[in-house]
Amino acid sequence: MYRYDEFDATFVRERVKQFTGQVERRLAGEITEEQFRPLRLQNGLYLQLHAYMLRIAVPYGTLSSRQMRKLGFIARRFDRGFGHFTTRQNIQFNWPQLDEVPAILEHLAEVEMHAIQTSGNCIRNVTADHYAGVAVDEIEDPRVYAEIIRQWSTLHPEFAFLPRKFKIAVTGASSDRAAVRVHDIGLRMLKNEAGEAGFEVWVGGGLGRTPIVGTPIKSFVPKQHLLSYLEAVLRTYNQLGRRDNLYKARIKILVNATGAAEFGRLVEEEWQSIKDSALTLPAEEIERIRQYFALPDYESLPDWTPEFEASRKANPEFARWVQSNVKPHRAAGYAIVDISLKPEGGAPGDASADQMDIVADLADEYSFGEVRVSHHQNLVLPHVRKQDLFALWQRLSGAKLATANIGFITDIIACPGLDYCNLANARAIPVAQRIGRLFSDQKRLAEIGDLRLNISGCINACGHHHVAHIGILGVDKHGEEFYQVTLGGSSRDDASIGKIVGPSFSTEDIAGAVETIVNTYLAARTAESERFIDTYRRIGIDPFKEALYGNSQARRPAAE
Amino acid sequence: MSTQMVTANRLTDGMVVYLTEGNDWATQFTAGAVLADKTGAEAAMAEADRAAGQQKIIGPYLIDVLVEGGSVKPTSTRERIRADRKPTITADVGSWTGRIGD
Repeated sequence: MYRYDEFDATFVRERVKQFTGQVERRLAGEITEEQFRPLRLQNGLYLQLHAYMLRIAVPYGTLSSRQMRKLGFIARRFDRGFGHFTTRQNIQFNWPQLDEVPAILEHLAEVEMHAIQTSGNCIRNVTADHYAGVAVDEIEDPRVYAEIIRQWSTLHPEFAFLPRKFKIAVTGASSDRAAVRVHDIGLRMLKNEAGEAGFEVWVGGGLGRTPIVGTPIKSFVPKQHLLSYLEAVLRTYNQLGRRDNLYKARIKILVNATGAAEFGRLVEEEWQSIKDSALTLPAEEIERIRQYFALPDYESLPDWTPEFEASRKANPEFARWVQSNVKPHRAAGYAIVDISLKPEGGAPGDASADQMDIVADLADEYSFGEVRVSHHQNLVLPHVRKQDLFALWQRLSGAKLATANIGFITDIIACPGLDYCNLANARAIPVAQRIGRLFSDQKRLAEIGDLRLNISGCINACGHHHVAHIGILGVDKHGEEFYQVTLGGSSRDDASIGKIVGPSFSTEDIAGAVETIVNTYLAARTAESERFIDTYRRIGIDPFKEALYGNSQARRPAAE
Repeated sequence: MSTQMVTANRLTDGMVVYLTEGNDWATQFTAGAVLADKTGAEAAMAEADRAAGQQKIIGPYLIDVLVEGGSVKPTSTRERIRADRKPTITADVGSWTGRIGD
């Protein structure tokens, strides 16, 4: 894992000291809220519905057990005993006190963590494939480049006040698990004809009120030119992006207005002028960073693990969990384990302080002390021996961390919604819980198979509803919460934006509407192997519309 | 004009507070002063701005409340959730009422 060098450590310490002084001055009345607000936001501190909220960066979703334990400590000592893992692979604490935030940041600095680049119109914390380094379909570990981008983007003077926030995602695998096509910049590693690894660059993707799948503007950027190319994209956006209208300030609006080809040409022009500048990455520097992400010393094991196979045969519950939550690993005899933070009736992404401690302990015992956060709001133990899976599963079960639902309809991404968020129009978590209860039967879950359902509590789409197979958007209608349903979205290689199926549903009706959609799919699919998204793309939206609104006996739609 | 109340968040800990009859700030919604007319609302907001200048609260604003049979409640879902001082879901992990201990 990456370890701070003296510059990183000094920088973070200085930043904590600086913010401590700013908080003191705010509490003493030496600066107004108007002056303080941008300063606190630059340190990840928001004011939400009930209290302050501190968003802490988890660069490319990688945590050490020591860091996870510290998050548990913070949850217990400074918050209300839990934290919320987010779609940016970050963690949010919902109840910190302003006068204690400096102390929290000091604790974080002790374990090489901070809350910088988690807010404001800057380049935000870079996200990456949560199976980075261990996925079987990987060309290179994307975290090496995510870390290089982090170092380049942190306090980049030219990009500290962009027209709007800017999100970059990186995948090093052939299968996109980092949703790169719906980011401001998505980097997809591939090899050129000469067999050299580089990046395909996607720009202008994004969700929010204007959901757009990005466009590739460069088919291959050699690794050594990654930073100069990114700088060219950012500079073009910074100069031409709109600053007159908050809702039209993201790069996706600029790319759309300029045209992707023309935008690509402008970037190319800028790139040619800076391509061989100091931004060129020396191979030794890439190698130096790569050393930090070197894989642990795996034991030499056979891939066939008799005790694991025997446990799987003997215990159907364990077998179900393996089926949904355990993924192939590049090292023989090892596996990747997804820890679901979506138990029945729980709040998606929430983990208690005790659960954080348990995950840290299990990471030490079974996963070389490493944990990942996925953008699906789950955790991952990336290096588990197959022979340890049964014991690990038993320990996870005891901590309510063994829900077998990864990739299923109850593995819901949900934003905090109106239960916490100042911007939300409707609640998201209670809807997720209702759907979770409706589809709690494990056999039925497996029968339905791969189905992504996401919920956002407002048009800002933090719950990624646009790219879910079934998306739910909470809206406010004359003071009442209603839920609009979209179908056919995807954040993967086949990225697409969901289509609105029809008039929205009341709080009482929304879970039933989801059930109708699922039943329509089950009746229409040609085989169990035909996923929801495949069936939807084959038969279109009409059969779902018909089932939901078709006749007087069908579920009554609420007023538009 | 609808019946209103002044709410804000407390500066030190961000907690939701309401302006009381005695120009104090209470975390209980029921302690908030009900403002029946425009003059009352303007005076209350002037008091709130003073309190904001004294580092007591941030972001004061008026909310609509409904007075019915002696009880008062916010008209919007958002403000009802704020008045409850906790999310509408059960606390499966952690606690809504405070710290769980060191």
